[in-house]
Amino acid sequence: MNDKPKLNLERVPIPKQAPEERATNFDEVALGYREEQALQEAGRCIDCKKPGCKDGCPVNVDIPGFIRAMKDGDMPGAVRILKSKNSLPGICGRVCPQETQCELTCNLIKKGAPIAIGRLERYVADWEIAHPEAVERGGQEARRNGRRVAVVGSGPAGLTCASDLAKLGYGVTLFEALHVAGGVLMYGIPEFRLPKTIVQGEVDYVKSLGVEIRLNHVIGKIATVDELLEQGFDAVFLSPGAGAPMFLDIPGENLSGVYSANEFLTRTNLMKAYLFPEYDTPIQVGRRVAVFGAGNVAMDASRCALRLGADEVYIIYRRSLTEMPARLEERENAEEEGIIFRLQTNPIRLVGDEQGRVRAVELYETELGEPDESGRRRPVRKPGSEFTIEIDTAIPALGTRPNPIIPLSTKGLELTRWGTVLTDEATGRTSKDRVWCGGDMATGAATVISAMGAARRAAIDIDAWLKGSG
Amino acid sequence: MYRIVKKELLVPNTIYLQAEAPEIARKAQPGQFVIMRVDEVGERFPLSLAGWDEKAGTLDVIFLIMGRSTMKLASLSEGDCIMDIVGPLGKATEIESYGNVLCACSTFGVGPAIPLAKALRERGNRVISVMEARDEGFLFWEDRLKEVSDETHIASGDGCRGKHRRASEFITEHLKSGHKLDRVFAYGRVFMMMECSRATRPFGVKTTVALTPVMVDGTGMCGCCRVSVGGETQFTCVDGPEFDGHSVDWEVLIKRKRAYLREEAQAYDLWQPDNLRKIAGLAGLPERSSAV
Ligand SMILES: Cc1cc2nc3c(=O)[nH]c(=O)nc-3n(C[C@H](O)[C@H](O)[C@H](O)COP(=O)(O)OP(=O)(O)OC[C@H]3O[C@@H](n4cnc5c(N)ncnc54)[C@H](O)[C@@H]3O)c2cc1C
Ligand SMILES: Cc1cc2nc3c(=O)[nH]c(=O)nc-3n(C[C@H](O)[C@H](O)[C@H](O)COP(=O)(O)OP(=O)(O)OC[C@H]3O[C@@H](n4cnc5c(N)ncnc54)[C@H](O)[C@@H]3O)c2cc1C
Ligand code: FES
Repeated sequence: MNDKPKLNLERVPIPKQAPEERATNFDEVALGYREEQALQEAGRCIDCKKPGCKDGCPVNVDIPGFIRAMKDGDMPGAVRILKSKNSLPGICGRVCPQETQCELTCNLIKKGAPIAIGRLERYVADWEIAHPEAVERGGQEARRNGRRVAVVGSGPAGLTCASDLAKLGYGVTLFEALHVAGGVLMYGIPEFRLPKTIVQGEVDYVKSLGVEIRLNHVIGKIATVDELLEQGFDAVFLSPGAGAPMFLDIPGENLSGVYSANEFLTRTNLMKAYLFPEYDTPIQVGRRVAVFGAGNVAMDASRCALRLGADEVYIIYRRSLTEMPARLEERENAEEEGIIFRLQTNPIRLVGDEQGRVRAVELYETELGEPDESGRRRPVRKPGSEFTIEIDTAIPALGTRPNPIIPLSTKGLELTRWGTVLTDEATGRTSKDRVWCGGDMATGAATVISAMGAARRAAIDIDAWLKGSG
Repeated sequence: MYRIVKKELLVPNTIYLQAEAPEIARKAQPGQFVIMRVDEVGERFPLSLAGWDEKAGTLDVIFLIMGRSTMKLASLSEGDCIMDIVGPLGKATEIESYGNVLCACSTFGVGPAIPLAKALRERGNRVISVMEARDEGFLFWEDRLKEVSDETHIASGDGCRGKHRRASEFITEHLKSGHKLDRVFAYGRVFMMMECSRATRPFGVKTTVALTPVMVDGTGMCGCCRVSVGGETQFTCVDGPEFDGHSVDWEVLIKRKRAYLREEAQAYDLWQPDNLRKIAGLAGLPERSSAV
């Protein structure tokens, strides 16, 4: 304990598929640490007295604790520590923006590269999948306490709330609008970033706890929230995400060949259009694709387009690299694969042909002015900078907002001015009796980990409330 | 899984199916639709509700065999199961006391016109139904339509039943001869709905049409079903499917519906040889019918 560990300031690189190879397949890009690599990276952790990492984690995972267990060769212990706070580590290890969370507050960052916490998290989660017997998952159904909770939407928030409550003995029914459970993890985030078997594993686990999953159930249509409460559910947890796509609001947006990122990704990931015609759902990509926006969603759409066979894929973004909202890792992956970044560029209109297909986009360049209300510098049009590029496909990836189906069909559910459900952050309570909410529907488009964390807090509050109400 | 209870070839290329879906049957209202996925590799595609029976827990659809998905559906027999049915989707028709209402329908539109006419009549409207068909051989459910209408007319392309060949012609003449209509509904092929809207426009009779763009999720998540109505972009699956026919930008709808013609032909051709046998007995499979 007393010998000062010598600092190793370089992280162990993660093996990846080579860019030229991966740009033509949908297999996972990052291959994950092997055992010796994981232990070497874990060995860099100095187990500091005042760990910053834990505070950087939105759900306060005991990061030094699970890394210590790894170093001690206690993998089941590492799994237990990790999962006591994060129910979806295999997913979060792959998709969390660690560089702005735990890894940003890792004390090593002052000297060199922070611990690759995300990669270690993923390693521990994948170890558990490979050693199903090693850790007691609490896989059996808990003794039923006779009370029932309905969970609406099966994304990370819904899956977490359902499993937490099932473990506490509640009879949980999870309603999902689509024909597959998993939310954005299934329909949005592509296979090459998050293999669907990992998500399916989590869904199967939730089922093994006795949660009944009812697919093809759009709440608000087949039954309203009020009807669920009347039909004998003691409480309802709303986690329908924020899935309604936004468009650019420029001329030409209804041409064929213009897809919202959600549609493009849903066709690709959920409907497996990349396997057309073995799968029935078609998708059109063409030679040149323009993706508008620069968040994770834009990176995913552009990289899918490339894998679907496009020759040139542009990311068109009106601000500069500094303001780009996508995770650094994903931006770098995209760049390596050959996505072309047209920064400080904004579209004027989409131009179509006789058949109503998109053929070109007119653009202008921007200069960055004073910061706007978001604190980022406002892009202004540079006079005389207009130009046109020919494209076959246009994909606005501008973010999403809450879907109106539940708000419109639920009496007494107060909304914010952004259309999200007004929710108490600490408890998930809404303005409506016996109704809780969490995930993107409460916060607007956010992250997997924050959705999961909110669902955990709501599960605790639902349990306390139902116990209190006898 | 949703079991098929009844299946019937109504007229060439047009099939009636009844399937078990008790929860949907309990909530269905006129104007709504379902989305189906026939099998594991299937696409999601919408069909209008042509009826439902809450007690029996069943719903009815009528569909035209257009391409791969509808052909797959047609290849299932009574007792077989459809993998996924989700619904009821879309907004229900606004059933109000309008006065004199005309319901025009053609092909699969005859299905949803029946619960519509019934509900309108129950609200005290006087309902005139006009059914458009290519020729005598394509007429079906005339008796059912009569049962729920005060007056029923046929407009037939070959002139076999009176002088009107199109529903829109009937509407024009009816209005010209001084009859008053307070509301028109048109369900069926895009071209027919467009013509009906054109016929009522000079008389200022509000005309409701049920649009059929390509869809994926049907829950407002993808925007594939967007249409332009009165200059505004609307999502048909959540804001519709019914819109004011005088405000619809038909050109956008028609062009977007035709976006996948090449892929559709490819999928159909690939699927057809192995599976045509299964739908043998469904007489009169025509050449690929056009989308609009
Ligand atoms: C392409 C893409 C990439 C992303 N990448 C990342 C990333 O790298 N890292 C990260 O942390 N976050 C990422 N995100 C954000 C993250 O996925 C979301 O914040 C998270 O999934 C929100 O979880 P949720 O449970 O609230 O909702 P969702 O995951 O959206 O799930 C909601 C579910 O509810 C269903 N539903 C909706 N309405 C109803 C209804 N009326 N009845 C029944 N069911 C309904 C939906 O079909 C859906 O399955 C990404 C998002 C997208 C779209
Ligand atoms: C709200 C709504 C209600 C409908 N109700 C009926 C009905 O009651 N009976 C009926 O016969 N048809 C109905 N349709 C049309 C029906 O969905 C299409 O005919 C069907 O999807 C064709 O699929 P396919 O693979 O057999 O043919 P394809 O060869 O794939 O397509 C033939 C044409 O159908 C349209 N189409 C293709 N895929 C889709 C899709 N995923 N969603 C919507 N349209 C598509 C396109 O215009 C295409 O050109 C409805 C459509 C909508 C949007
Ligand atoms: S079908 Fe996807 S939004 Fe309407």
